[in-house]
Amino acid sequence: MAERTAAEPVARREGAAGVAGPGRARLVRRGGESWRTYRMVAGMWIRSTMTYRSSFALTLFSSFCVTFFDFVVILLMFGHVEGIGGFAFAEVAFLYGTAGTSFGLADLTTGSLQRMGRRVRDGSLDTFLLRPAPLLAQVAADGFALRRLGRLTQGLVVLVWGLLLLDGVTWTPLKVLLVPVTVVCGAVIFMAVMVVGASAQFWIQDAAEVTNSFTYGGNTLLQYPPTIFAQELVRGVVYVVPLAFVSWLPALYVLGRPAPAGVPSWAAFASPAVALVCCGLAGLVWRAGVRSYRSTGS
Amino acid sequence: MPPEGDGKSARGSRPAPTRVVRFAALPSAAERGFTVPRPRLYATVAAGGFRRHATYRVATAAGVFTNSVFGLVLSYTYIALWDERPRLGGYSVDDALAYVWIGQALLTVCGLMGGGFETELMERVRTGDIAVDLHRPADLQAWWLAANAGRCAFQLLGRGAAPMVIGALVFDFTLPDGPGRWAAFLLSVALGSLVGFALWYLVAMSAFWLLDGQGVAQAAWLCGMFFSGMLLPLNVFPGALGDLARVLPWASLLQVPADVYLGRYGDGGGLVGAYAFQGCWALVLLAAGRAAQAAATRKVVVQGG
Repeated sequence: MAERTAAEPVARREGAAGVAGPGRARLVRRGGESWRTYRMVAGMWIRSTMTYRSSFALTLFSSFCVTFFDFVVILLMFGHVEGIGGFAFAEVAFLYGTAGTSFGLADLTTGSLQRMGRRVRDGSLDTFLLRPAPLLAQVAADGFALRRLGRLTQGLVVLVWGLLLLDGVTWTPLKVLLVPVTVVCGAVIFMAVMVVGASAQFWIQDAAEVTNSFTYGGNTLLQYPPTIFAQELVRGVVYVVPLAFVSWLPALYVLGRPAPAGVPSWAAFASPAVALVCCGLAGLVWRAGVRSYRSTGS
Repeated sequence: MPPEGDGKSARGSRPAPTRVVRFAALPSAAERGFTVPRPRLYATVAAGGFRRHATYRVATAAGVFTNSVFGLVLSYTYIALWDERPRLGGYSVDDALAYVWIGQALLTVCGLMGGGFETELMERVRTGDIAVDLHRPADLQAWWLAANAGRCAFQLLGRGAAPMVIGALVFDFTLPDGPGRWAAFLLSVALGSLVGFALWYLVAMSAFWLLDGQGVAQAAWLCGMFFSGMLLPLNVFPGALGDLARVLPWASLLQVPADVYLGRYGDGGGLVGAYAFQGCWALVLLAAGRAAQAAATRKVVVQGG
């Protein structure tokens, strides 16, 4: 199997030299290659996890519990109040569920990128660079932790719960379509943020925690209605780090509430475009990071 | 404890071919005629702990940034909550905001979500490096306590003070009445960090039996996150859950220091009661850690190979 991995991309690269039109075909080919690498590495990690089934079941359960306690706090809050920032429980649960599911998806697929700094510091990234497979796919899939399904499951449970409790919403086909699209695009935006964070660690290895404030911090922020935050902060996550597109803007539309002040109403449908732009930017930053990589001397 | 191993080998002309190494059987440092003034030794270890963590300046700056972002997000949710229910849990909005930033400041100092040393200690048990530690002319628990004290001192200055200042610049939260209150708060924080150490040391000791202490660590992490009141003050917890949470050791880590800061214990008997609560938990947990350590070193089989 290892031999095939090594040979295939090389053969494909030679083939590509013959094809005149680079651009899209190349992009598609690279994408396919990345996907295959990712699937192979992740599959290996899943098989290794599944060797200890009961241990896996326990960590999955505890991962679910950790995130569940996070939601218990909101339940406790609603034990004292009817609404937060003018939002009822069902609406907050919907916000929490969309953001939580997106973040859970991103954490499951690219959460391992957090360890980039360590790889750069101890030089183990060299091993990945030597392999004839896309680097980002290798690093993202390395240490693939299936137990992170716990977070995703919790997000989904809360999302479904929120949807069941929502009664003031008049569902249109557009709104029904918007919910899954939002979750997927939100996950892609979170992934892009994680890739940018990992890229930054090429230059500053110890700053992994800064990424946390945008990923975990962003997730916490999006769980609450935008009405309770300072307007500068809301504008910051719309225009600077576009986390508002993960869930807030589309979710507000679904809930039939106005967009935050100064944000056009069509922004609710901009998530796919924003996700695409984020991916492009993340790719550029990643490329710059890899180019500046100098292996450790020790 | 009489060194039984020594007696055996002295009697025979050759040492026994195989035997289980018992750490209690090894001659202690004093028996080997090697003495270091204890207070100076542990002061040096503590200073080493401080310097070690002070080396990672970028990581500290990154931590301060993250603490501040979380503090900011939590602050707004608390403002919304206290807007709906003023005086919830006996706090004013300003008190609640002070509570948020105290929580961010004490996160690493009191080990709310991980003591910052247990992973390393458990790894040493797993790899067998712990044998080196047990040979040292120092007590294992006291050694790690000293190192952790140094870590806490640095974290208080580095990751504690900075988010507090940032929070105070953004929000107008409650500040202690005077220097006396600050001193009372710092004493409570010191006791809180002692309880935090004792808790995580106990968690780390589990590795002697389980080898992989990740499960225990994760359970402790979960309890710490919820019962320390980091997400929501414990006096907002309802009914029996609140009563339980307020007497568990995790209450010593954040809730008690924060209430000392806010002056909810007053200056007299109430304050002494708060210290006594923290002190009792510290003593009980340190003693439990000692017992676990004694049991572990009696039976320890060193990993290696």
